[in-house]
Amino acid sequence: MTLVKEAPVRPAGKRSAAPAAGRRGRRRENLAGYLFMSPWIAGFLLLTAGPMIASLYYAFTRYNLFTPPEWVGFDNFTTMFQDPRWQKSVEVTLKYVVVATPLKLLLALGVALLLAQKRRGQGLYRAAFYMPSLIGASVSVGFVWRALFSDDAIVDRTQKIFGLDVGGWIGNPDYVLYSLVALSIWQFGAPMVIFLAGLKQVPRELYEAAEVDGAGPLRRFWNIALPVISPVLFFNVLLESIHAFQVFGSAYVVSDSRCGPADATLVYTCYLYQKGFKEAQMGFASAMAWTLVIAVALVTAVLFWSQKKWVHYEEAAK
Amino acid sequence: MTSATTPVVRSASERRRTGSIAWHVGALAVLAVVLYPVIWVVGASFKPSKDIIASLDLLPTEPVWANFSGLADGISGISISSFFMNSLMYAVLAVVGVVVSSSLTAYAFAKIRFAGRNLLFTLMIGTLLLPYHVLLIPQYVLFRNLELTDTLVPLVAGKFLATEAFFVFLMVQFMRGLPRELDEAAKLDGCGHLRTYWSIVLPLTRPALITSAIFTFINAWNDFMGPLIYLNTPEKYTVSLGLMMFRDQEGISNYGSMIAMSLVALIPVIAFFMAFQRYLIDGMATSGLK
Repeated sequence: MTLVKEAPVRPAGKRSAAPAAGRRGRRRENLAGYLFMSPWIAGFLLLTAGPMIASLYYAFTRYNLFTPPEWVGFDNFTTMFQDPRWQKSVEVTLKYVVVATPLKLLLALGVALLLAQKRRGQGLYRAAFYMPSLIGASVSVGFVWRALFSDDAIVDRTQKIFGLDVGGWIGNPDYVLYSLVALSIWQFGAPMVIFLAGLKQVPRELYEAAEVDGAGPLRRFWNIALPVISPVLFFNVLLESIHAFQVFGSAYVVSDSRCGPADATLVYTCYLYQKGFKEAQMGFASAMAWTLVIAVALVTAVLFWSQKKWVHYEEAAK
Repeated sequence: MTSATTPVVRSASERRRTGSIAWHVGALAVLAVVLYPVIWVVGASFKPSKDIIASLDLLPTEPVWANFSGLADGISGISISSFFMNSLMYAVLAVVGVVVSSSLTAYAFAKIRFAGRNLLFTLMIGTLLLPYHVLLIPQYVLFRNLELTDTLVPLVAGKFLATEAFFVFLMVQFMRGLPRELDEAAKLDGCGHLRTYWSIVLPLTRPALITSAIFTFINAWNDFMGPLIYLNTPEKYTVSLGLMMFRDQEGISNYGSMIAMSLVALIPVIAFFMAFQRYLIDGMATSGLK
């Protein structure tokens, strides 16, 4: 243990006295660094950067996997923008993102506020609420969802009690997307846990002082808790909306394998999958993928720009 | 008992108790809705096929085993255990790949001061936000040209090459939190980086490694799009694809066995979750904070 105390920062004079050793040491550190991260570098070049360049190239070609790619300029993009199914997929995806993300975050925040109170069995509740987040991606749950939302099953019968007779949601093009929204909201555990961690940072004294001053729970939440958790809220909004743009499995499994009926759940990636892997239109699919990248980058940029207006970082206070 | 303060004290503690009861009632009500699908699938797996959709009971009136015994027949000549073995193989390889490659990479980012570290770290974080779909097609073309489709290689290659930035990030955060004195002392004792990594940093990073391992296992087990794109012979299918095949071939007629297999497919995930939920939940929580 004494060793720890005796490890001083090397005096500045000594370093200049032995510049050669320092340079050699630095070179050795560089080498060690690059050796340790060589898996990541290989992965980045082979599976990320390389494919990105390739897909950018494919986006401007006609490519069916069997004959070499043929340069077509902006053809894929102009065809895409005029394609009614592509337009439909954009509409379906935007609807999904705009409805599912806020509802999911609202539920996550609500339950997090509930669990932030010190009560017995807190850990057990937290674990139980988190579980759907892990199993929700499974095909098994997709089947369960299909069963719950089909004609004459629990959802259908429950809504009949309230006098709504729309039948099961799975077969109804107007409703089937909302069964996917429900599946997404059901997996509110991950953002909930992040909210909970954020709520722990709220200073108790501040909260209690506000209570003494007669601030109600709503006011305390709005004026004290919300500013403190705003960075966490920002993180959750960013992550959940990016995820929502990329939904695939649930649309493929819950609605039928063609993302229907009547293209009602034709989310963007489902159409991309159909174009690329069913119709072997790799160029078109790549153009779709890049359009998605640009859309996600725009959403990210807008969110980052907006955070100046509503996200409070602690640095200002310190 | 006769003291004047007693009623005041009692009413305060009573109020606290009603508050607590109200809290538990509220939490349990939300929980009932949230866990309904999970309980439903357990109950449904013991119902006769015709009752699964139609009966409103959560639990079967007369439990039957037929759904589970029906699984023994397999799906169009392929035994269920084959799907499970394939998924297990995929998941185990993925775990090994992620733990080894991500911890090495994370060590470099957290503990070695090399030129270009910040730039590379930014690039790594950037890949977190990149939609996976832009890589999907060129990666498929790459593995097709290498004649590696219909094997597990395309599914696990990225795991061995630390492309799962989330786990690298998690481990970097964790390693940065370790006391600097420890690796400085090791350096003075003449340990090289490999030694420091193996005998000092790695054992102390265990919680982050376990978190990454469990997340990776569950993600691989649940993965649907990867196997859907890369695997084409039914003998090589994972559980997810086996389930899809089951639905496409048996359809509504054998609903019971399909639900039973869905339940069985969930068991590893739920078991892992029960055993390690502390790590998982804390891991998720740290990812949202600095």
